[in-house]
Amino acid sequence: SSAAMAALCGRALVAQLGARLRPGPRALLCSAASAPPLYDVVVSGGGMVGSAMAAVLGHDIHFHDKKIALLEAGPRKEYDHMPDSYSNRVSSISPGSATLLSSFGAWDHVCSLRLKAFRRMQVWDACSEAMIVFEKDDLDDMGYIVENDVIMSALTKQLDAVADRVEVFYRSRAVGYTWPLPSHSCDTSPWVQVELADGRRLQTTLLIGADGHNSVVRKEAEIRNIEHQYDQSAVVATLHLSEATDNNVAWQRFLPTGPIALLPLSDTASSLVWSTSHDHASELLSMDEESFVDSINSAFWSNINHSDFIDTAGAMFRSAVSLLKPSGTAVRQLPPSVAKVDPESRAMFPLGMGHATEYVQHRVALIGDAAHRVHPLAGQGVNLGFGDIACLAHHLSAAAFNGSDLGSLKHLLKFETERQRHNVSLIAATDVLKRLYSMTLAPLVLLRTWGLQATNALPPVKVRI
Amino acid sequence: QLSLLRFTVKRPFSTSHSSVDSKEIKKFQLLAHKWWDEEGEYSALHSMNDIRVPFIRDTLLSMSNNYHLGNPLSGIKILDIGCGGGLLSEPLGRLGASVTGIDPVEDNIRTADRHKSFDPVLAKRIQYKSSSLEEIVEESMETFDVIVASEVVEHVADLETFIKCCSQVLKPQGSLFITTINKTQLSYVLGIVVAEKIMGIVPEGTHEWEKFVPPEELEHLLESNGFSVKSVKGMLYNPLSGSWSWMESRSLNYAVHAVKSGARGQSQPRDAPSETDIEQHSATAGTAG
Repeated sequence: SSAAMAALCGRALVAQLGARLRPGPRALLCSAASAPPLYDVVVSGGGMVGSAMAAVLGHDIHFHDKKIALLEAGPRKEYDHMPDSYSNRVSSISPGSATLLSSFGAWDHVCSLRLKAFRRMQVWDACSEAMIVFEKDDLDDMGYIVENDVIMSALTKQLDAVADRVEVFYRSRAVGYTWPLPSHSCDTSPWVQVELADGRRLQTTLLIGADGHNSVVRKEAEIRNIEHQYDQSAVVATLHLSEATDNNVAWQRFLPTGPIALLPLSDTASSLVWSTSHDHASELLSMDEESFVDSINSAFWSNINHSDFIDTAGAMFRSAVSLLKPSGTAVRQLPPSVAKVDPESRAMFPLGMGHATEYVQHRVALIGDAAHRVHPLAGQGVNLGFGDIACLAHHLSAAAFNGSDLGSLKHLLKFETERQRHNVSLIAATDVLKRLYSMTLAPLVLLRTWGLQATNALPPVKVRI
Repeated sequence: QLSLLRFTVKRPFSTSHSSVDSKEIKKFQLLAHKWWDEEGEYSALHSMNDIRVPFIRDTLLSMSNNYHLGNPLSGIKILDIGCGGGLLSEPLGRLGASVTGIDPVEDNIRTADRHKSFDPVLAKRIQYKSSSLEEIVEESMETFDVIVASEVVEHVADLETFIKCCSQVLKPQGSLFITTINKTQLSYVLGIVVAEKIMGIVPEGTHEWEKFVPPEELEHLLESNGFSVKSVKGMLYNPLSGSWSWMESRSLNYAVHAVKSGARGQSQPRDAPSETDIEQHSATAGTAG
């Protein structure tokens, strides 16, 4: 047992960093000669965030002679031809994420495939007239709606370009991790041991967990996760609009059952993300296509949840605001109406929120959904993951240029502090918004009505969002 | 200060352990297994890597024309004197250099060897030897491109012998990097009283103030033994953040970069001090503080 080994070595088992250098249950005793291959970095999880992490490191000049491995449980997918129909899984990519993707040449691939830029976001309440519009003054793009398959295609291409540095293991699920004892102990391997389903083993100086919200890396590292399953599922579908339009606005309406969003894909098509109760979601999936389209249009256009009281109160507030700040009330644009849904494109998945109490440990770092999971209402999910990548890659690059041990907590903690500071407030705010907008009680509706209207009128707050 | 008049006495250096102090060996033997605990007794040395590695790396990069992507120190042979557990040898090895680490304490070398053995890249690039500097001089004449003596000269018995030996094993135009502690009232208060006795930043008894070396003395010894001092920079340790930074003043810790003069292929002259040397020393003797 690890306690016996520690006694043999005569060392203190728990370093001053306490739980961060937690000893593993099965530390490995082996000589360097018979040891499994040693990688500088192993990324577990080949989704958008894991693949991008491996690609960013592979393209970093200070990683030129380093060995990186990417473990993906699924098979390699070929993305040579994009089907004509749009995929129902799309992501809203922020300009910051686009910058990251272009830093290693992936954004060019995305642009050459397909994406839709949007200039404006209109968000409003089902229970009142309150509305907020996000728009950039300089007429720049606010963000891009991109199919996840398009992003994966671009990432796969850029991984192929650095195949001499990044080895991608497809159909390779990691089934076990063995953590090293604290770094100052004796004859046991100081590296993380990774065991694959087919029995192969790898060693690494740094393990990056990018394996989604049910992260095995996080669980095996015994990192506590604060999580909560929402009583909601998201229904996604690809929709065809009644008439062609510029379609450069992202729409979101907060219904009592949950927000419904229409994200532009092209001049004639949009992607649906409708968060609602599990029962309603199942209903939406099973109803015929015509009824489905009617439900969507009704959700965007109907005023059934308005009450005179709220409408009057809202109108009064709006007049008050327009006296103080004439430009503070925006022009309401009308969302497009939907004509058709792509057959086979309807799907649903359950929603939840999660946040890991620690993002790092000795030789381990979590990124993307493994570290934090949010409600799609803010369109932030994958952007938080890309933000994690930019921050972690920055610190690892500097560490490599300093000849440091890549798994050292010193720079990993800097990554954790920076990202937790950024992520926690956003995740908490998203959670609060989600709960706030689930209510129909008048006082709460009034609160958020005025809140939304006030936020719309106040530039500094809007810019921060 | 008496030390400035030492130039008149040129003792022939022997191959004995004249630069190694046996008391110092005993001090370090006790802590031989603590080297690699980043948060333990040697934490300040671990975090010193954050400034001394970039200092060495950037100085060498600015002096060379070749840049090997990912291995900025590729092709450079470095001697790490007083390498201890290999805290500085390993980062230099990771950056591509071929490193020879020597230390008179056998337990240190054992720790260093064991630590590097798990990394096949480092195991090849770094060689450790339990030895004093004098013991390797004969077999290593003009062998190394770079010598690093970090936190060592304040433990050395005879500094001038040490510098002469450095010169012998260094190639002409080779670089010598030294980090050490100044001998000032401030360094006594902060470096000994606070660091050792009060805050425990450094294990008690590690340093003796008497053996601290003022930068002026070090510069003088270097210049009169065939080196040209290129830069002297002050260093500051912040015990609250556990990190090092550069500072203007050299009153506490400082780093020196010197280059061995002479063209490649020529040996160093070992005559009596020249006229200019004597003038320099009598001028500075009056201003020594």
